[in-house]
Amino acid sequence: METNFSVNYKNKVVKVTLAGSLDAKRAPALADEIKKLIGKDIEKIVFFAKDLEYISSAGLRVIIFSKQKIGTDIKLYMVGATADVLDVIRMSGIDNIMEITDIYEE
Amino acid sequence: MERIDTYPTQKYKGFNLRPGRPIPFGATIIPGGINFSIFSSHATGCELVLFKKREPRPFATIPFPDAFRIGNVFTMIVFDLDYENIEYGYHMDGPFDLQQGHRFDKHKVLMDPYAKVIGGRDVWGEEPDWDDIYQHRARIVFDDFDWQGDKPLEVPMEDLIIYEMHVRGFTCHRSSGVKHPGTFAGIREKIPYLKKLGVNCIEIMPVHEFDEFENSRPSPVSGEKLMNYWGYSNVGFFAPKAGYAATGRFGMQVDELKATIKDLHRNGIEVILDVVFNHTAEGNEDGPYISYRGVDNKTYYILTPDGYFYNFSGCGNTLNCNNPIVRGMILDCLRYWASAYHIDGFRFDLASILGRDQNGAPMNSPPLIESLAFDPILGKCKLIAEAWDAGGLYQVGSFPGWGRWAEWNGKYRDDIRKFLKGEVGLLGAMGQRIQGSPDLYRWHESGACTSVNFITCHDGFTLKDLVSYNGKHNEANGEDNRDGNNDNDSWNCGWEGETEDVEINRLRRKQMKNAISILLVSRGVPMLLSGDEMGNTQFGNNNAYCQDNEISWLDWDNQKKNKEIFNFVKGMIAFRKSHSVLRNKTYFQDRDPEDCGYPEISWHGIKAWDADWSDSSRTIAFMFCGKKAKQGKSNDDFIYTAINMDWNMHSFELPAIPEQLKWYVVVNTDVEPPEDIWCAGEEKAIENQFEVLVGPRSVMVLIGKKLK
Repeated sequence: METNFSVNYKNKVVKVTLAGSLDAKRAPALADEIKKLIGKDIEKIVFFAKDLEYISSAGLRVIIFSKQKIGTDIKLYMVGATADVLDVIRMSGIDNIMEITDIYEE
Repeated sequence: MERIDTYPTQKYKGFNLRPGRPIPFGATIIPGGINFSIFSSHATGCELVLFKKREPRPFATIPFPDAFRIGNVFTMIVFDLDYENIEYGYHMDGPFDLQQGHRFDKHKVLMDPYAKVIGGRDVWGEEPDWDDIYQHRARIVFDDFDWQGDKPLEVPMEDLIIYEMHVRGFTCHRSSGVKHPGTFAGIREKIPYLKKLGVNCIEIMPVHEFDEFENSRPSPVSGEKLMNYWGYSNVGFFAPKAGYAATGRFGMQVDELKATIKDLHRNGIEVILDVVFNHTAEGNEDGPYISYRGVDNKTYYILTPDGYFYNFSGCGNTLNCNNPIVRGMILDCLRYWASAYHIDGFRFDLASILGRDQNGAPMNSPPLIESLAFDPILGKCKLIAEAWDAGGLYQVGSFPGWGRWAEWNGKYRDDIRKFLKGEVGLLGAMGQRIQGSPDLYRWHESGACTSVNFITCHDGFTLKDLVSYNGKHNEANGEDNRDGNNDNDSWNCGWEGETEDVEINRLRRKQMKNAISILLVSRGVPMLLSGDEMGNTQFGNNNAYCQDNEISWLDWDNQKKNKEIFNFVKGMIAFRKSHSVLRNKTYFQDRDPEDCGYPEISWHGIKAWDADWSDSSRTIAFMFCGKKAKQGKSNDDFIYTAINMDWNMHSFELPAIPEQLKWYVVVNTDVEPPEDIWCAGEEKAIENQFEVLVGPRSVMVLIGKKLK
């Protein structure tokens, strides 16, 4: 599974579109992109996950890391994640740092 | 800023290597690579063996260069490993010489004793490949975690109400209604239930990685597979059981368990782990090579002069706990659980083994016990000993506690059970047990908190079965009912097993309430067995260690069927929590510094101030003076308890209390619900303030407080 991800920052909102697999091989690249946003004026980070098939421990850590590094006051959203990915997020306990939703409205 | 010692210095078959750091032991993720470190006092050589996850054959074997060895530690950094997708093991070379205690076999792939995640049994009960050369496979873990400010709760020991549970048994039954039955995630889903019940501490039966297929065999009764269900058999000390995690198949058991602990803490519930340092899953001389016997047999095990395994555990081998190296490992392990998992305490299975020396002889001042008592990282952890072993040591009351260790008080269990049955000659013992067993622990610095009081636990009958069976019924275990304790001090109330008889069932419910009320008014630390609050039954099996089925799984339908018992237990827990005089940690002293005119504990019988201590007596009453709550620092109500285990009703004369106070009934086990127990503020006033009628085989608890 390849990962394509894109990171887009506009109007205080960071939109991250995920696809494929987010694991230890691919997570560092995403972490590097997130690091570039440190210091910017950000209110929300929105992860669009409908095409994300698998997330590993390393992938979960990038999500946690994004909130820690950008700012603990920011709101984090996980949008359209599959049941399997949501299961992993909930069972590992990181669901309490984000809002889980099917649809994101601006 | 990058360190100057994190670049490779040599190559081996395409792998970039560097001398590693001996500390920490195990496998640690560092920038760019993994640091591997393993010790062996007697190995002559070591190789790192690498597998892709779940592959039968290794993809690489890298010898540790001798130049990398420091002392008896083989250490190496290997760069650029795909750490989420590999498993690692070791070949250890050395002599095979039983007389010297060595069992080295360089062809065996051995698990790292410090493995923090272990694969091979990722999903409970999923049949492994028995031809796999490496059954229990060490993996690399992120041991970071976002605790979001969580820390161990440090609830005072005297305020604990412990609930002993089995991870799988707690929610495996379909009636539990959880999304992830039998898992850490399942416990999380039941936190609202635990809060409603009111317990503030769960003591979880072994969660370290173990092999559920150990000694697996078909049941002679049902034909279904009997498993190693309880888990008292360590494969790895540092790793949580993958099969207990809903995310075990993804290898995320570490995060899942930590998330569960974080959530429990958030809801005011401590976590104590049941730890098993008395033996390993490698069994006896015929057992498998998992890790220890191949890494350093002579160090890890207590051996006979001929090189055989001493068996003080009853499970084939005995860990050499007071060997300084193994002592270090045990300390490392507990420090790891305390700091990385925020564990609040540990209960040590067959703890007397921890006090045996390297030849198996009991020690007066075992260094391991002392080390644990004074370790700074464990400084606020509860330490609880099951103070006996399977080799003849019984140390209840004499376990070397250093003022820090508590004990499972087996004498409390035995004496209370006998008294509940109506046996005589127990008044003296009852007097001691209710006070927190000063006869056993008077000179322990930890006072009454040394005594963990319990009437039931995983070993033995459930509370429901204690009042439903005279004898054990373990046929389903396939050992002709020879296994399990014979001395249960149980009484079936007139019929063996299930019955429709209304009076027998009524008596059984009353006896359960009697047990719970005595347990929760006693000084010391009460422990309940999970499921007792719903009248859970194991159908007379008092040793359900291998029953991974409805025999040992909690049936949550019982919560409705036995609502009366649940409400009673819940009410008693709330009562204990709201009356600090029940939780004094120091022992009664015959002084009255508060000048209130009452001793802290007074003993009564049918006549006030005149307890009948004679051998034939089955009645006792006692009163706690509320002004002496928390050693006089708190003001509580007077609490009077009358226990009548005679089969006749008796009138108990009530002791006089200060004029402005009046007696109210909190508990009367002889009365049908809802009047068997009253909530705070709604206690029932009694007209006759001079005496109460206590029904046959009943307990009454009164509080003396200001007129409403």
